[in-house]
Amino acid sequence: MTVANAPVPISGGVEVAPRRRPLPGLAKYLGLTPFAIYVLIFLAIPTTLAVVTGFFTEDGQFTFDNIAGLFAPNVLATFGSSFWISAVSAVIGAVVGALVCYAMLGTRSEGALRTIVDSVSSVLAQFGGVMLAFAFIATIGVQGLITVYLKNTFGVDIFSNGIWLYQVPGLLLPYIYFQVPLMVITFMPALEGLKPQWAEANATLGGTRFTYWTRIAAPVLAPSFFGSLLLLFANAFSSYATAAALISQGSQIVPLQIRSALVSETVLGRENMAGALALGMIVVMVIVMWGYSVLQSKTSRWQK
Amino acid sequence: MFRKRTFAALAIVAAASISLTACATTDAPAGDVDAATATSAEAFGGLDGLIAAAKAEGTLNVIALPDNWANYGEIKALFEETYGITVNSADPDISSAEEIAAAENLKGQDTAPDVFDLGTAVTLDSLEYFAPYQVANWDEIPEGNKESTGLWVNDYTGSMSIGYDSNSVPEPTSLDDLLAADYKGAVALNGDPTQAGAAFAAVGLATVQSGGTVDDFQPGIDFFEKLNDAGNFIPVNVTGATIAAGETKVAFDWSYNNFAAAATVDGWKVTTLPGAVYTSFYNQAINVDAPHPAAARLWQEFLYSPAAQNLFIVGGAYPVTIQAMTDAGTVDTGALDALGALDGDLVTPTADQAANGAALLAEKWAAAIG
Repeated sequence: MTVANAPVPISGGVEVAPRRRPLPGLAKYLGLTPFAIYVLIFLAIPTTLAVVTGFFTEDGQFTFDNIAGLFAPNVLATFGSSFWISAVSAVIGAVVGALVCYAMLGTRSEGALRTIVDSVSSVLAQFGGVMLAFAFIATIGVQGLITVYLKNTFGVDIFSNGIWLYQVPGLLLPYIYFQVPLMVITFMPALEGLKPQWAEANATLGGTRFTYWTRIAAPVLAPSFFGSLLLLFANAFSSYATAAALISQGSQIVPLQIRSALVSETVLGRENMAGALALGMIVVMVIVMWGYSVLQSKTSRWQK
Repeated sequence: MFRKRTFAALAIVAAASISLTACATTDAPAGDVDAATATSAEAFGGLDGLIAAAKAEGTLNVIALPDNWANYGEIKALFEETYGITVNSADPDISSAEEIAAAENLKGQDTAPDVFDLGTAVTLDSLEYFAPYQVANWDEIPEGNKESTGLWVNDYTGSMSIGYDSNSVPEPTSLDDLLAADYKGAVALNGDPTQAGAAFAAVGLATVQSGGTVDDFQPGIDFFEKLNDAGNFIPVNVTGATIAAGETKVAFDWSYNNFAAAATVDGWKVTTLPGAVYTSFYNQAINVDAPHPAAARLWQEFLYSPAAQNLFIVGGAYPVTIQAMTDAGTVDTGALDALGALDGDLVTPTADQAANGAALLAEKWAAAIG
């Protein structure tokens, strides 16, 4: 389940390479072959195999039981919380990330600050998984540095209403931690594509700063903003390791349900349910991407 | 011409080497035994033949045997020392279901597991993965603790116990004690009961301690829901590290795991509640596709010998031949006295009861502790 990078709406770019004659016949597809094979072996085949197992019993009989199992109330609830955590962390990540990008527009594009924020974001966007979970456990876990400091110094118990860090809401903090930098690196190029001439043209025609943002910048940036938002959603929706390291009870999100179906030594015979759950995740992503493409077809006329 | 002569020369060399190997194998004891189908040491002409065949293989692959679980660290070391066979210990922390998955995925490779140590539910669900084998002291294993052909055999059990940090919380003497404010954010399980046998047993213990039976795990689920509502349940998996860090101050776990923690963490004590005692045997089985079939069978002979069975006692577990060893006077009385006898009203769910309990947990657990 991958999502293409957010489209970057830079129009009217300068044609740098000289136009080449198109290759005849099949030869023009030759260059695509390595990538196509890679996608086939590492994405298409495993996905198909995983999903197909969802339609069979352990003994190889065709069945719809696993698909029907997706509609059990407890499984629907995990899809609900997966969707909720992904959507909330994506929206917060996108808004905060966009604000960071906007703030950085005021700095020199080759300046030290922007370079540092850029490279730090690239690193932190990938800083997920067990390392991140451990970092949070060590700082704001039950015996974490900050937790204990707050308790001893100010008498504030951040877990007085229950230990939320090890529940679904507790995933928000670590998820936002890698969502914001991911937004910065995907959305910054789009913001940089805003031309000063547009602002000047707006001013010349008597527009205000407000009309510039609502009638020019926002429509131009919308597709890449929502594209990035979708990327963030997919990123959180399929994230497994961070949640696996933090949540040990209840398997409240779908990737943890898949783990449970595969490794459980008490609830047996649900291995093929994992395939059905994967199918469910794909369906959710397809719906979200379809929604995005509808949205984009509405907004793309501004980019012409 | 040249080709023909080369071929002839090759043929002579080949014939010679075949007859030489034939000589060599007839000299070695039990060289023509198919170890993979041997159902007892008799097939090797006795234990010495089995030892020789296992030494020739030189390696044993074990899986899911943590060093601090029922003293497996010392048991593996003693096996290596006694027979000079290398023990490759893979994935110590995986579940029983993953052991079977590993056997399936690694089938035909020399890294596949030779032997399994499995919870009962997975054992009964995976019979086609096992090779039948009866150890020399087969008769010392009680009838109810083994499959009649030796596909699987119980090896050790513990009782579901409560470990606690005596430096920061009082000793719990009943289940309801744990609902008190003393235990705020303190009580943990070893895993998720919908995935891990030890946590499942903890819910089973809570069930029978609440006056229920293992026919219906609902009282146990209700107890943990109350515990969670009281803010006393901490959703962190108990490990030696969480105990040492003071993150999990009270832990439901097998007695042997809690005793292992007590041996290393100052102030960690183990108690079992009066009344019903929840026990559950683990099971030994040989992988039918074991890459080292003789070593796998020697491991069984070794595990059921008094030396290894006594090491289970040292590690806080009750081995399956404990009665026979007590009768024969081979039991390590010092270790047994330190552990205390396993008595009380012993409860173990049948396969059906366990399956029903698991189905109920799959449906209700997430909501109960959410």
